[in-house]
Amino acid sequence: MRERIPGVGWVLALLIVVFSIFGAGFATASNAINIGVQSSVLLLLSLPMTFIIMSEGLDLSMGAVLSLCGVILALLLAQARPLPIALAAALGVGVSFGVANGLLVAGLQIPPFVATLGTLGIAQGVALVMTDGQSVVGIGVRLPALYNSTLAGLPFSVLAAAVAYAVLHVVLYHTRFGTYVSAVGGNREALVLAGVPATRYHVAIYGLGGLMAGFAALLLTGRMNSGHPVAAIGMEFDAIAAVIVGGTSFERGRGTLAGTLIGVCTIGVLKNGLNVLDVSSSLQVASIGLLVIVALLIDSVRGTP
Amino acid sequence: VKTVAYRLIAVAVIGTALTLISDVFFTSSNLLNVLRQASLTFLIASGLTLTILTAGLDLSVGANVGLSACLAATVMKATGSIALGVGVGLFCGAAVGILNGMMITLLRLPPFIATYGMLWVLHGITYWFMAGDTIHGFSPGFRSLGSGYWLGVPVPIFVMGAFLVAGGIFTRYTTFGHDVYTIGSNREAARLSGIPVRARLNLVYVLSGAMAGLAAVVYLARLNSAEADIGEPLTLPAIAAVLIGGASLFGGVGSLFGTLVGAVTLTLVLNGMNLLAVDANWQPLVTGVIVLLAVWIDVATRQRAEARA
Repeated sequence: MRERIPGVGWVLALLIVVFSIFGAGFATASNAINIGVQSSVLLLLSLPMTFIIMSEGLDLSMGAVLSLCGVILALLLAQARPLPIALAAALGVGVSFGVANGLLVAGLQIPPFVATLGTLGIAQGVALVMTDGQSVVGIGVRLPALYNSTLAGLPFSVLAAAVAYAVLHVVLYHTRFGTYVSAVGGNREALVLAGVPATRYHVAIYGLGGLMAGFAALLLTGRMNSGHPVAAIGMEFDAIAAVIVGGTSFERGRGTLAGTLIGVCTIGVLKNGLNVLDVSSSLQVASIGLLVIVALLIDSVRGTP
Repeated sequence: VKTVAYRLIAVAVIGTALTLISDVFFTSSNLLNVLRQASLTFLIASGLTLTILTAGLDLSVGANVGLSACLAATVMKATGSIALGVGVGLFCGAAVGILNGMMITLLRLPPFIATYGMLWVLHGITYWFMAGDTIHGFSPGFRSLGSGYWLGVPVPIFVMGAFLVAGGIFTRYTTFGHDVYTIGSNREAARLSGIPVRARLNLVYVLSGAMAGLAAVVYLARLNSAEADIGEPLTLPAIAAVLIGGASLFGGVGSLFGTLVGAVTLTLVLNGMNLLAVDANWQPLVTGVIVLLAVWIDVATRQRAEARA
């Protein structure tokens, strides 16, 4: 089966042309890197979200879990704990929530959107209780220093996103785990009959989502120089939008990481371009919803391959 | 019927426990307060119940309440007309429902994705429209809809009662009601037996939106002020109320009376936490746990029934 460019690829091209013409300072190298930095957190969430949606699932808790991981990271750093220990704690919490999601979905057979809506409430509640709804500041200099470091002119966050993409590409296309990802959604019964521990793989898919939310917390906390209990609320919507407009289907266990990358770039360009054109950030959120509908319309007009 | 009885027992147990722990709980003013809070949750949850009965979901109800309340408030302030403000609120809610229905029946998006996308679109529009403003101070005549009393009972409780009766008749004794249950139990069978599935689903989402619009008006009358974020915390409790009330996410099972019991149960728990001086930051956590428990019971019951069959 030949993979096609998803419909959103044309939208991306069109957006770049339009913003280059009408937005002063859009088509510059520094703004391109800027878009990369702004999109890196979104890419870290969208990659595992692709796996999850390919397994006919969904994770609405990712933004709340990311916020909670950021709060834990910031709290530990504010107590002057070493960065690796703080990061390990944040990743541990992220993985715990991911595995909990997986157990609810694969073990207890609870529909994913409600299971993860429940854990969304729990993660948000824990973050609010831990911080009393306040920002966590005074996180020291190590994380900001790491975040602001560059290699060969590329910022840390862009490099981190590139590494994550490469690693997950290998995982999805060159490992047994990756082969089972779409089978878990499309044909779970066959997996079970073939003697594959499908539940274990299914839980691992959600665990990966939690892990990546933990890594995303590292970038977000470094960028904001603080932790906030509702910092990333709703970010899972951008991730889901990126995955859907990238051509991943909810029903047939089909999708590509390259499509998701194009989806993330489109959302990054859209937000940045609207910023350059001075459109309020609230309307940018609404525009992403519109983008999803346009992309789905293009794909439905072109028909399913 | 049996499951509703279990749930009524749960309400009684929670009520008794709270009476024993707190001496403020079993006072008529607190009980009326519980019912008044529950009435708002019920209004939102009643439309939501219809969508869940069709094996769908409406995640946009909270955001819909937010936008409808802000538009109603703006129009009421600008024109001074209560009727116009209320009309705009209801219209906005129903219009959102029409869009949800179109995404689900024409674009064939899964309901939770369509309405979840709608949530963030409405969120964005509301924040942009309000630009950080607060609109407050409405006429006493309008405010009595939310905070007034009639025969010693808060007005929203009468609104809830009216919609419970009307909705109960509507779902139980009309063709539309039967169709809703049939579509939820077996969509293919519903289609083959000649039920206009798409038209019914469209109406279900319009009703869900319109009830959110109504809830927005009642909520606005009680708060006496509107801000962009007022609808946000309302979605999860509404879903919790429907699920505690015994409706199944897989469709075809549930009732408005069950949802009322669910709304009261949830409000009792939150009210109890309030009386015991538990920090309000715990509320999303507790509601999240309750949602998971309720769905787990639903799934486990279904699996046991399937194993027996």
